Amino acid sequence: MNTALERLWNGMVKENPTFVLMLGMCPTLAVTTSAMNGIGMGLTTMVILALSNLMISMLRKIIPDEVRVPAFIVVVASFVTIVQFLLEAYIPSLNDSLGLYIPLIVVNCIILGRAEAYASKNPIGASLFDGIGMGLGFTIGLTFIGVIRELIGVGTVFGFQVMPEAYEPVSIFVMAPGAFFVLALLTAVQNRVKMSWEKKGKDASRIQSGCSADCASCASGCKGMAGQGGTEA
Amino acid sequence: MKELLLIAIGSALVNNVVLSQFLGICAFLGVSKKIDTAAGMGGAVVFVITLASFVASILYEFLLVPTHTEYLQTIVFILVIACLVQFVEMFLKKTMKGLYEALGVYLPLITTNCAVLGVALTNVQSGYGILTSTMNGFAVAVGFLISIVLMAGIRGKLEYSDIPQTLQGFPIVLVTAGLMAIAFCGFSGMI
Repeated sequence: MNTALERLWNGMVKENPTFVLMLGMCPTLAVTTSAMNGIGMGLTTMVILALSNLMISMLRKIIPDEVRVPAFIVVVASFVTIVQFLLEAYIPSLNDSLGLYIPLIVVNCIILGRAEAYASKNPIGASLFDGIGMGLGFTIGLTFIGVIRELIGVGTVFGFQVMPEAYEPVSIFVMAPGAFFVLALLTAVQNRVKMSWEKKGKDASRIQSGCSADCASCASGCKGMAGQGGTEA
Repeated sequence: MKELLLIAIGSALVNNVVLSQFLGICAFLGVSKKIDTAAGMGGAVVFVITLASFVASILYEFLLVPTHTEYLQTIVFILVIACLVQFVEMFLKKTMKGLYEALGVYLPLITTNCAVLGVALTNVQSGYGILTSTMNGFAVAVGFLISIVLMAGIRGKLEYSDIPQTLQGFPIVLVTAGLMAIAFCGFSGMI
């Protein structure tokens, strides 16, 4: 039970994919036009992450090392297809608003990264909770960004009017440029925290700035995470 | 012909893949430090996306539709793209040394670039044929090339400006990207 709680805590706080690791930036920027979309995308990703972690952990002794990445991709793509059909059938409104970004969960670096770094090396239970924890962390991140954008851009949160009548919504925040501005703010805060940690002598190497120069793409991002997972284990 | 041109302008400028669709952000932020590497990356993306949308639409039309397995599109496309990139890399290495040296480093990075899969899926969703898909793929990739080269140019200038310590690195790049996105909003009146 302790590992389960530890994995959940790790995913939500210690290695939060949005705030600490800065992974999966495409959906983070694209679908967070409202808090509801953020939470929907986050939970969809969580379900896929948990299921694919579970499956990959079950298959970890069967999949040969040389073809593991294509095998992981097939597993993830299958779950994405299943989840897409379920959404189409039961939550069509969410399916419409997320659109193209649901099939694109396949190339979300969080999922392949966790498969490579954790699920392919650890037992089934721990991998499942790792997936749930990371997914919840991602959901928290997306919802937070969605709330900010919706609050400033429309003046509502989850569709409820929050700002006073006199507030004039800055609608650029729900448009494409707003996503970049909010993320800029977030990375600035991250920089600040990192600097003050370094001043106090705390280890800040855990905080990554996502797509830095050495992680030119998600592919190498996964490799980076795999290396990290290796040193942790 | 006019229709093709409209699709091309729409995909390259109005719905720019990076600045309004948010696809390929990783490569956009990671490889835009210098203009020549940015142009190399952009060139590799143009090459791969055009080829991938061509191959993906052929597979969709002649394999998935006749066998009524359209629902397998995500799985098939991602596998095809991964194989294609590997294959292109091997082919260029053997036959075209010059091009390989220019694009080679960037090719493996493109496999998980979400823009490639995104374009293939968009083509299918919009019901484009093979020719239109290839054209659309090319236009989207040109849009990527334009934005990454512009970004690299601006980042070159940013090196010499006095930026508050907190904003150094990614924050200021993202602010720049936001301003570029606003500028690209101006294209929306074109079509």
